[in-house]
Amino acid sequence: MGQIVAYIESYLGSDKTPGAAGNMFWVLVYIMLVFGGLSVAVIAMNWLERKILAHMQVRLGPMRVGPHGLLQPIADAIKLLLKEDIMPAEADGLIFWVAPFVVVLAAFTVFVVVPFGPTHAITDMNIGILFMLGVSSLSVLGIVMAGWASNSHYPLIGALRSSAQMVSYEVAMGLAVVSAVLMTSLNETGTGTLSMIGIVQAQMAQQEWFIFKFFPLGLIAFFIFAVAMVAETNRAPFDLAEAESELTAGFHTEYSGFRWSLFFLAEYSAMIAVSSIAVTLWLGGWLRPFPNLHGPSISIPHYWPPVDPTAPTGALDLVFSLFPGVTFLLFAAMCFFNTARMPKHPLFKIQTMGLAGFGVVLGLIGLALFVPPIRDRVEDIFWFSAKVAGFMYLYIWYRGTFPRYRFDQLMQMGWKVLLPMGLGVLILTASVALLQPMIWHP
Amino acid sequence: MTDSNTLSHLDLETPEKPFLDANELVINMGPQHPATHGVLRVILRLDGEKVLGLECVIGYLHRGVEKIGEHRTYTMFNPYVDRMDYVAAVSNGLGYCETVEKLLNVEAPPRAQHVRVILTELNRIASHQLWLGTHALDIGAITPLFYTFRDREEILKIYEKYCGARLTTHAFRIGGLQYETYTGFEKEVKNFLTFFRPKIDEYEELLTTNRIWVERTKNVGTISAQDCIALGVTGPVLRASGVKWDLRKAQPYANYKNFDFDIPIGENGDTYDRYLVRMAEMRQSVRIIEQAVDALPEGPIIAKVPKVMKPAAGEVYHSIEAPKGELGYFIVSDGSTQPYRVRVRPPSFVNLQALDLMCRGQLVADVIAVIGTLDIVLGEVDR
Amino acid sequence: MAPVATPFFFYLLSGIMLIGGILVITRKNPVHSALALIVTLLAQASIYLMLYAPFVAGVQIILYAGGIMVLFLFVIMLVSIDRSVRERQFNSQWVVGLIAATALGGLFIAVYTKGKDIFPEHAMPVVENDNTQKIATMLYGQYMFAFEIASLLLLVAIIGAVVMAKKKI
Repeated sequence: MGQIVAYIESYLGSDKTPGAAGNMFWVLVYIMLVFGGLSVAVIAMNWLERKILAHMQVRLGPMRVGPHGLLQPIADAIKLLLKEDIMPAEADGLIFWVAPFVVVLAAFTVFVVVPFGPTHAITDMNIGILFMLGVSSLSVLGIVMAGWASNSHYPLIGALRSSAQMVSYEVAMGLAVVSAVLMTSLNETGTGTLSMIGIVQAQMAQQEWFIFKFFPLGLIAFFIFAVAMVAETNRAPFDLAEAESELTAGFHTEYSGFRWSLFFLAEYSAMIAVSSIAVTLWLGGWLRPFPNLHGPSISIPHYWPPVDPTAPTGALDLVFSLFPGVTFLLFAAMCFFNTARMPKHPLFKIQTMGLAGFGVVLGLIGLALFVPPIRDRVEDIFWFSAKVAGFMYLYIWYRGTFPRYRFDQLMQMGWKVLLPMGLGVLILTASVALLQPMIWHP
Repeated sequence: MTDSNTLSHLDLETPEKPFLDANELVINMGPQHPATHGVLRVILRLDGEKVLGLECVIGYLHRGVEKIGEHRTYTMFNPYVDRMDYVAAVSNGLGYCETVEKLLNVEAPPRAQHVRVILTELNRIASHQLWLGTHALDIGAITPLFYTFRDREEILKIYEKYCGARLTTHAFRIGGLQYETYTGFEKEVKNFLTFFRPKIDEYEELLTTNRIWVERTKNVGTISAQDCIALGVTGPVLRASGVKWDLRKAQPYANYKNFDFDIPIGENGDTYDRYLVRMAEMRQSVRIIEQAVDALPEGPIIAKVPKVMKPAAGEVYHSIEAPKGELGYFIVSDGSTQPYRVRVRPPSFVNLQALDLMCRGQLVADVIAVIGTLDIVLGEVDR
Repeated sequence: MAPVATPFFFYLLSGIMLIGGILVITRKNPVHSALALIVTLLAQASIYLMLYAPFVAGVQIILYAGGIMVLFLFVIMLVSIDRSVRERQFNSQWVVGLIAATALGGLFIAVYTKGKDIFPEHAMPVVENDNTQKIATMLYGQYMFAFEIASLLLLVAIIGAVVMAKKKI
């Protein structure tokens, strides 16, 4: 018994991820946390998408199921679980059954290396980014299998188109990623790293987010990746293969109920995954804005002892460390404000109480985030999640604003526009990096 | 390989060829399809992704309106015409009432004609708004639909206050109007104009310079001016191909000659030009309404029309510029209270003929854009 | 990180590879064969990981399983498979095939028993951290010429494929 406790405690205070440290218990704990967090994130994304899209379209979105539709995703999940499970008559049973699982597996396995903080990842592979790109390309197989197993030519055509689109934009994504990885090698040893945590640490060491590096090259590489990742996840404006008004109805036509919700889950997880790649590579991962600026050094009163006593502390550190707590308190304030605006009808009593309760929970989380031990551990996760949330908002914004590209225009853009741009950025980045003698030692 | 320029008859009798044979594929679209704007069935003949030809099968909404007209008196038939182009019901009513007035040789008093112009131009704006929303939705932009429908509500509120109905308004009577304009009519119309003018800019901001929109609509569904005239295509489709022909200026009716407005035309006759032409038409309609509302004369609202209408035997054809094109009525009277024949020339029916020509050589995804840009309403195609 | 339960994982992955390989050649439906091949390739990538070559494993997953096999599946799905499903699985030359397989197997066994001594007893402790760097230094340093020739070959293949598939230039 004591041995087990010692095993558990041996990891605490380490400066490596549990996978790298070899501690199985904490690996499992982290897996549970990431899996749970991802599921909550997907549910939240569902609600956010409907609400934000509705507000952009001058309407309200779900308002009935729970206060302001907050319970709508749960209602949707229950509905999908209760639906009849249909399998087409001539469909290939085994493949039909396996396809959604392959897509979900590919989408979820990717999160093994996503770094929420310097030690807050399940593991830190030294080929982290390569692993992420590789596993997310396995989801293409799942889509092809799904289209094939439906035994109907519209889903087949839709699946083949979806997968052709994903494979084409993977090339552009890869080139943009290589440009960013190239920038990690601008250090004393001259070697870069493919590890996700290493990439963020390189940005910290070079005191510059890679999106601003070698301006405008970092920005163009980021732009290429940002466009390619929207095409990779089959979202608007590149969602021809699953649009309703087109002739081919998409690879998940024949799937209903739980199986369809697996595809849906995988789509949102893939969106979060590629946004995580973009955030890690270009936007500094878990680093707060201006990570090396500490501002005037202030002596923070001792009832706020820092986790690492040797780290420099300044006024800006204090200001930025208040952000997580303040954000949650803002959410709580919005909840309370909307509680006050709820109609005063007896039928709305439960909803009003629910919303107030939700606001209380958010407020308590916000207050807890002011407590220094919690705050310091959660700060990195907060900044990472905030940046990924920004990308999610962009996804929803694109869906509300842009018309759809036609398939041949889509492929043309992937091969004739993004690929040459990616190659150009890569060559220019390498050239500029070579011409910086003070950083690069042969 | 058939020459794609000949209008060869689609061969649907030969036994089924293997799927994805490299040469030809016959695909059926509709009648239940989210993008065919009603119950339209389109049979496409494809070579891979390219359209070699198509055939429209219509009649799913045929209700026998013209036959019904032979068994109703002229006044009783008036509500039926709204149901043909149900999106622009007021224009239908205007056309019919003016045709019968021609047959009876009466003229509506000036006040009635002014109010008719106001309501018809409001109807043009409403019809174009619905067109814009659904067309953008087909191409993938899901937001303009909500904006245009929200703004269309204001027009429908005016109609509801005037005649009690939003969609099938039955606003006009033979000889003029039945209802006097309600108190505050001018003020509300003026408020609507001030409300609506920046909205057109809002729609244009979302779409006109959006590179995805431009790529999806430029050089898609091009039709030349000669082809338009040869097929009898009218309306914004004709004007976008470069022909400056608008019945409000060419054969003026309902005191349109008193108003000052332009006829927007396009250059290439592609979908983008049709979009620009309709947006400009909305602006011109605002101009017309502005002038009409300021100069509303006093006077009677209906002319002296006999209670039992027995027009002299004869025939008359009268057409107006409906939002979708030339809407014509050909009424043959045999001297009795019921017409001998009512024949409607719906603009969408004639424009739909051009679909085959416009889709040749386009990709399948463009067919949907072209159907949207023709602005057809199956109610008037099938009657 | 120290390796964990190496024999277990090795036997498991090799077993998966073997079963996948047998399924590739015995399935009637070509789509099933392609999927079994994908399973085999993924197991192979895991074995590369066990050999401390993470870069090769990653590239195997991206290119082979995620790229080449997808193209295989495209071709299989677009070509009508009704005929091949009804084809006889084992053709009439099975006698010659059996003799050839036995001869090849004998050859392998002879090579192994004769040359057993050159195989090391245990796996060399290899640092896995710089697998990528080592490959990069060799590829762009020592084998630069071969690298460029290979990329030229691929370019020629792409142009050839485009020329053959286009209807008109």
